[in-house]
Amino acid sequence: MTTSPALQTPGGFESGVIEIQGRSFARELQGLSGTNLNRCFHCQSCAAGCPFIQAMDYSPNKIIRLVQFGLRRQALESRAIWVCVGCSTCAAECPNQVDLPAVMEALRHLALKEGVKVAAPEILDFHREVFSSVRRHGRTHELGIILRYKARVRSWFTDLNLGLKMLARRKLDLRASKVKATKEISGIFLPQRQR
Amino acid sequence: MSNLVDITYFPGCALEGSAREAKLSLELAARILGLNLIELDDWNCCGSSSVNALDKDIGFSLAVRNLSLASPERLLMTMCPLCVYYLRKAQLRLREDPEALRAQEQRWGRPVSPDLEVVHFMEVLVRLGPQRLQSRLAQPLQGLKAVPYYGCATFRGAPALSRERYYQGELGTVLTALGAKVPDNVITNLCCGSFLSTAHPEVTQPLVNKVMESAMARGAECLVTSCAMCQLNLEMRCTLKEKLPIFHFSEILALAFGVREDEGWFPRHLTDPRPLLREKGLVS
Repeated sequence: MTTSPALQTPGGFESGVIEIQGRSFARELQGLSGTNLNRCFHCQSCAAGCPFIQAMDYSPNKIIRLVQFGLRRQALESRAIWVCVGCSTCAAECPNQVDLPAVMEALRHLALKEGVKVAAPEILDFHREVFSSVRRHGRTHELGIILRYKARVRSWFTDLNLGLKMLARRKLDLRASKVKATKEISGIFLPQRQR
Repeated sequence: MSNLVDITYFPGCALEGSAREAKLSLELAARILGLNLIELDDWNCCGSSSVNALDKDIGFSLAVRNLSLASPERLLMTMCPLCVYYLRKAQLRLREDPEALRAQEQRWGRPVSPDLEVVHFMEVLVRLGPQRLQSRLAQPLQGLKAVPYYGCATFRGAPALSRERYYQGELGTVLTALGAKVPDNVITNLCCGSFLSTAHPEVTQPLVNKVMESAMARGAECLVTSCAMCQLNLEMRCTLKEKLPIFHFSEILALAFGVREDEGWFPRHLTDPRPLLREKGLVS
């Protein structure tokens, strides 16, 4: 039997198949995010409210649709899950109380856990620099984060003027403010088994 | 002012760093309101969006360490809406998961109270009531046209916390009580862009410009924020030719209480608010 053209997607037929395991992905996400995805009736209020939709590949309700269809890879490799900052505008707009920021968060965690290709590595890099600053000092050191981030993404000249202005106004401290109980902090960051 | 109320105070990283002017002004304003802020000893990062994006358990432990340091007898107050969020979210997990509570108490060797009350400074003001504000008013704001800009977390509350606390309208009420004029029909809670400000300034710029343009269209002279990150993003990412100054909420309070700005808060702003304040006769 040949595949109807209507069923074909840009990613090839395979990517358009609704997996048999589809429901289990939705159930898994429901467990991880604590929100009931069946409540979504795709009114797109979330998409209409989202301030970041221009920077997303899938609108928030489409992310839910991907999950409902069991399109795991598309959902985990989407840019939208990293662009979402969790402002909760979508959740405030939603007539059915779907906690979309929690869904996005759960998808980010799954994406990292499964080691899929992250669609927005530059955003992940930023999180990593904040993370390592907290690991080192127990607090965030803004100047350190910015400098390391710039080195990581190799863009020394964007925001250079802004950075200099901030230094001149003493907005950026040269020295990091640190937690005294360093062992308590380093203990939190030990590998899972040793925590 | 003998009967100061003791409150444990969690500054958070922003107030310790780029937003130090918010910290300095908050401490002075709080004292005038009759609050004795006791800084949480050796506090650490609340968990933040970034740490929580990478590892929820580490974010959780960071938040709980702070809770373990706080006295259960006093309110724990912060100025940062996101710190409140992550601390309260950790408490929710501690309440729902006794095993996690036990493990955390063992880790820190200190009791952790999941019922400790964690509040934003706005909550404290609401509880004190408008009379307290007015009784401390030393320098009314002379009809300064100020837009209350809440950002996300103080305006909407988070669904994860069942939106148990949010403060729509409160910032405007306080500003009015202090003698400012609050324009209506103005954007007060469009997201500032949060952490995308560093990785994607081109995404945050239009949002920030929209907030600023909306304020200017209603004749506003400045914006007042309840979140240090919003304050910084609004200052940093506005690309309009003409920009309005953005005040931390605590700066405006301290100003209205007649605190003289000796410690150099205003020169730390990227958009200097002093010309406006001079014009209004609020600083000399």
